[in-house]
Amino acid sequence: MSVEAREKRQPWILLSPALTAVGLLLFVPLVFIVVYSFWLRTATGADQAGFYLDNWNEALTDPFYRDILLGTLRIAAITTIACAVMGYPAAYFIARSRGNKALLLLLLMLPFWISYIIRTMSWINILGVSGAVNWALLNLGIVSEPVQMLYNEPTVILGLVHFLLPFMVLNVYVALEGIDVSLEDAACSLGSTRWQAFREVTLPLSLPGLAAGGLLCFVLSAGTYITPLVLGGPTDAMFANLVFEAIITQLNWPLGSALSLMLLAVLGTLVLIYNHYLGMGQLMKGLG
Amino acid sequence: MGWQLIRAYTLLVYLFMFLPVAVVVLLSFNASQFGSFPMTGFSFRWFVELAGNDAILRAFQTSIILGALTALISTTLGVLASLALVRYEVPGRNLISTLLIAPILVPEVVLAVALLLFLNFLSINKSFFLLLMGHVIFTLPFVILVVQARLVGIRRDYEEAALSLGASPVQAFFQITLPLLAPAVFAGMLFAFTISFDDITGTLFWKPGGVETVPTQIFAMLRNSISPEINALGTVMIFLTVGLPLIGLAIARRMAMQRGS
Repeated sequence: MSVEAREKRQPWILLSPALTAVGLLLFVPLVFIVVYSFWLRTATGADQAGFYLDNWNEALTDPFYRDILLGTLRIAAITTIACAVMGYPAAYFIARSRGNKALLLLLLMLPFWISYIIRTMSWINILGVSGAVNWALLNLGIVSEPVQMLYNEPTVILGLVHFLLPFMVLNVYVALEGIDVSLEDAACSLGSTRWQAFREVTLPLSLPGLAAGGLLCFVLSAGTYITPLVLGGPTDAMFANLVFEAIITQLNWPLGSALSLMLLAVLGTLVLIYNHYLGMGQLMKGLG
Repeated sequence: MGWQLIRAYTLLVYLFMFLPVAVVVLLSFNASQFGSFPMTGFSFRWFVELAGNDAILRAFQTSIILGALTALISTTLGVLASLALVRYEVPGRNLISTLLIAPILVPEVVLAVALLLFLNFLSINKSFFLLLMGHVIFTLPFVILVVQARLVGIRRDYEEAALSLGASPVQAFFQITLPLLAPAVFAGMLFAFTISFDDITGTLFWKPGGVETVPTQIFAMLRNSISPEINALGTVMIFLTVGLPLIGLAIARRMAMQRGS
């Protein structure tokens, strides 16, 4: 074999294990559940192969599923907005700070390493019946009985914001870091106020980062399964909980496939729209 | 004035991120019987109880074995793929990158369902193997991103020099390239281990009955009530997932610095 031909083949040899893994463990299974969603779970518990529209009919027309899907998207939207509102100024501070930037960044990375389940359950210590807030309220004489503040939709959103905020801050920070500070100074020297300079120069230039952070927050919160179980009440199920119910509890795998694909379709569309306008580059920068 | 406001706001954001976690650590040392406020004294009793809890020790064992195997497989696949993407002109490079990153873009629940049902169709039931495959596939993109970022900074000259001095490609790889890659490999493994160790969503779908990892064990314990033992377990986890990587980072930096001098 010529040296050139070997040069050509080598990268494919190096890539083949990873590509095979992604193919066999992700893409083929995804195609498989598309097919599976048209099968039918019969009363005996066996699957009937074929082309039945029953699962799709149920998943798409049952108001129960529709309401929970809409509720899930609403929770994801509120979470994303809250992350943006809380995260943007913080990212701006880190990017423009002349102080200990490395320490601030390290602190920002720390939550990624702290277990998600621990961070989620930590709110029980704060807001629970015997948590810090109730203890303070009781001691201050503001309430005479502990107040149950947990297990509702706001606490689910609180938990999600707590989990996802670092993703937002990091993405906005990466975008802000790439903007020349002197641009704002130039705007100011030409007569605009600090706030105007920020609004008309820095903010528009940082929008790709905000969008990348927003996409991550939205997709991750819309797919969440644990947070509503730990911090939500019985009526706060999100769409991923329905999928789990169908697959693990009811063992109705064809229906579970259809529900999974519905979630994938909604969130996948968002990712595609994002990719069309902004490309994956910004997202990869924020993740790497 | 405006700047002071942003500073105060940022401080609040950091407090929001860390205060609840700090409370977990604080309460884990609480001597009180119920492990909630107020703090009645300093005690290690919950850690002692933790050390005697067989279910938790088993969960730790499972998580560590699973995380180590995941890190090994995922990093091997990831380093090879990253080498190809960084070192060679591959046609369709962007498409390949996107395909390899895809497991991050698919919601974890969907990935979990697809893998579970497909492998079940192939008669591979819920098992440790299924769990391992699942963890490999969703850690792989992170490993590739991290390793690629590190690889870009490593020049090829040394490898080429070795080859021109008569080393075989295999010799050159193991004696020159791999040592240079060590920090990237190390970072990839650490990252894969941490993600695997922390995973719960996929794990709940894939784990066979009776097998628990640390996060699923905590989750199961939470369903009863929050006990101080969970806070103690949380503290141990925080130390393992924050303390160990920080130490690792310091070692990696040291290795890189020694090489640089």
